[in-house]
Amino acid sequence: MKKLDIDALIDDRRTRIIVCCGAGGVGKTTTAASLGLRAADRGRDVVVLTVDPARRLAQSMGLSELDNSPRKIEGVRGDGELHAMMLDMKRTFDEIIEAHSDPDRAKLILANPFYQSLSSSFSGTQEYMAMEKLGQLHRSNAWDLIIVDTPPSRNALDFLDAPERMGRFLDGRFIRLLLAPAKAGGRLGMKVFSAGFSMVTNTITKVLGGQLLKDVSTFVTAFDTVFGGFRERAEKTYELLKSPGTAFLVIAAPEPDALREASYFVDRLKSERMPLAGLVVNRMAQSSASGLSSARSLAAAETLDERGDHPLTASLLRLHAERMQLAARQERLRGHFASANPTVPVTTVPVQAEDVHDLDGLRLVGGSLAASGHPAA
Amino acid sequence: MSAKDTHWDGVRLHVVTGKGGTGKTTVAAALALALAAGGGKVLLVEVEGRQGIAQLFDVPPLPYEERKVAVAPDGGEVFALAIDTEEALIEYLEMFYNLRRAGKALTKLGVIDFVTTIAPGLRDVILTGKVSESVRRREKNNKFKYDAIVMDAPPTGRISKFLNVSDEVSNLAKVGPVRNHGDLVMSVIRSPQTVVHFVTLLEEMPVQETLDGIHDLKETGISVGGVIVNMERPAVLTPEDLAAAGRGELDQDEIVRGLKASGLEQNAGEYAAVLAAEAAEHAQRTALEQREKARITHEPRYDLPFLPDGMDLACLYDLAQALRDQGAA
Repeated sequence: MKKLDIDALIDDRRTRIIVCCGAGGVGKTTTAASLGLRAADRGRDVVVLTVDPARRLAQSMGLSELDNSPRKIEGVRGDGELHAMMLDMKRTFDEIIEAHSDPDRAKLILANPFYQSLSSSFSGTQEYMAMEKLGQLHRSNAWDLIIVDTPPSRNALDFLDAPERMGRFLDGRFIRLLLAPAKAGGRLGMKVFSAGFSMVTNTITKVLGGQLLKDVSTFVTAFDTVFGGFRERAEKTYELLKSPGTAFLVIAAPEPDALREASYFVDRLKSERMPLAGLVVNRMAQSSASGLSSARSLAAAETLDERGDHPLTASLLRLHAERMQLAARQERLRGHFASANPTVPVTTVPVQAEDVHDLDGLRLVGGSLAASGHPAA
Repeated sequence: MSAKDTHWDGVRLHVVTGKGGTGKTTVAAALALALAAGGGKVLLVEVEGRQGIAQLFDVPPLPYEERKVAVAPDGGEVFALAIDTEEALIEYLEMFYNLRRAGKALTKLGVIDFVTTIAPGLRDVILTGKVSESVRRREKNNKFKYDAIVMDAPPTGRISKFLNVSDEVSNLAKVGPVRNHGDLVMSVIRSPQTVVHFVTLLEEMPVQETLDGIHDLKETGISVGGVIVNMERPAVLTPEDLAAAGRGELDQDEIVRGLKASGLEQNAGEYAAVLAAEAAEHAQRTALEQREKARITHEPRYDLPFLPDGMDLACLYDLAQALRDQGAA
């Protein structure tokens, strides 16, 4: 198995963006923060962009909470700096509108009910805005390393698809249809349109009521100027992700579902020619007495049971057997991934007895990420 | 269905949610088996297109069609359905507006893509609408087609929004048929026939999300069901040994003597130190788990054991039995 060299990755000044992706609940955010701290400790100027609203992460970095602009984290060792921020997707969307239209038009858009539901609750906005924020941070040139933690999507691939899907929608045929009559001047314009279009609008009116269509139409008309830029930006960010300065880290837990998602993601990144750095498997069970196998310790515990003495040692042996059994199973799962993806470098992080609560906790995780070799290997 | 009393007699829609990684699909499947035990007919529904149910029951990916996936103890049956949003929307247009052809045309224009991805309220009302239709569906003899429906729902963070469709839809459409449809769906979800179960692990974040989720859900007027603590590790050490391990005060000489007596002569000293350290870690984790467990004051609570060898179909039956033993079905 190829070992993923985390320090080589973060020490390489050409690495400008690291994207952490994977299924929900695998420790993406903690991984991103630990990587950020380690890179800062080693002299990089880092910003970590997270989408996880959990306050625990902010607190572990000494802040009460994170918001939409980068906050400096105190306690970095060395010359580097660490900043952290949490994506506020509505705020980010509003800012784009404000930056790309005159105040009156911006006001009109921001007050539109369709825009409001689009910007606050639609699946895909978060992914799109994460991309947008990443683009902004990159263009600002204020950091030499940006670490992004991707949204907890239904499916890890949503992250790659959502920006394009949204761009497709905003630039799509349907929107153009909606837009065209307004441009051509109301009723007159409508006539030029095929019967197909009126069937579509009739259906939508029938199902959703006329108001929604009106809202969408007003929104689209007002949004027209901001529009063109949207697809272009989505494409630019997509290109940025493909550039050699970007590295994707796929994060997984040693569970079949998480590793299956990881495999999908690896395949997808390969087919899109995205720069995949490797796989991080979090929360691996391990033991410093790996020479004492599960079978041997169980047998020893049974011997003690039969003799009827040393109950403490017997239960400690059972505890150890359980740990070894779990470690063996996780090792098998990791092995399956490795044989299916022999070229993908892997690093593992042992399970922690407690959740991370401070910078030292993050440092510990960072150290494991970078450690060479695996104790059980 | 079984004659014995359960906590959920009269409930016909069981919604199962949980933070990612807590095993909500597994628990939903086990609950479906448990509810079917004794001759019931249960539909297990998946709404997020992951095909997790097919993997659990070791069957090929499910089409948009109710299929039998398992037989429960004493003759019950579990059917499964993976709802495809696009298909469900076309079905909805056909059922309520006789607009199947229009639906196909909308697909071509990318409108379906638009409504299902861009307008989440509509997407959710289509999904919950399909589920509530299966709750209401009756056979020719007027008996309900299914005794119970179990929905493998979106994660805890999104569950209130997902189920509270009439609010979502009213943001989208002030009037109109979809609004009426939303209200109909809501009448099923808010009724005493529906409960939402939360799956959690004994870890800080999943427990916090569960508590927040219960709080949010109560505000919507939807009934909270049980909390299911998944993957709980059995106690291996006595409380005294556990406490001593936590303080780092286990008698290492005694452990060495035990190891030698068990036949592990070689490296006994080294192993004893590792075993004591592992016990200390175990004690630390157990203390954390107990702390988290104490925060879950919600009743009823069900505990499901950790399975060190991973999940298979046989384990699913064991979990179903554990749920029955504790009164969940």
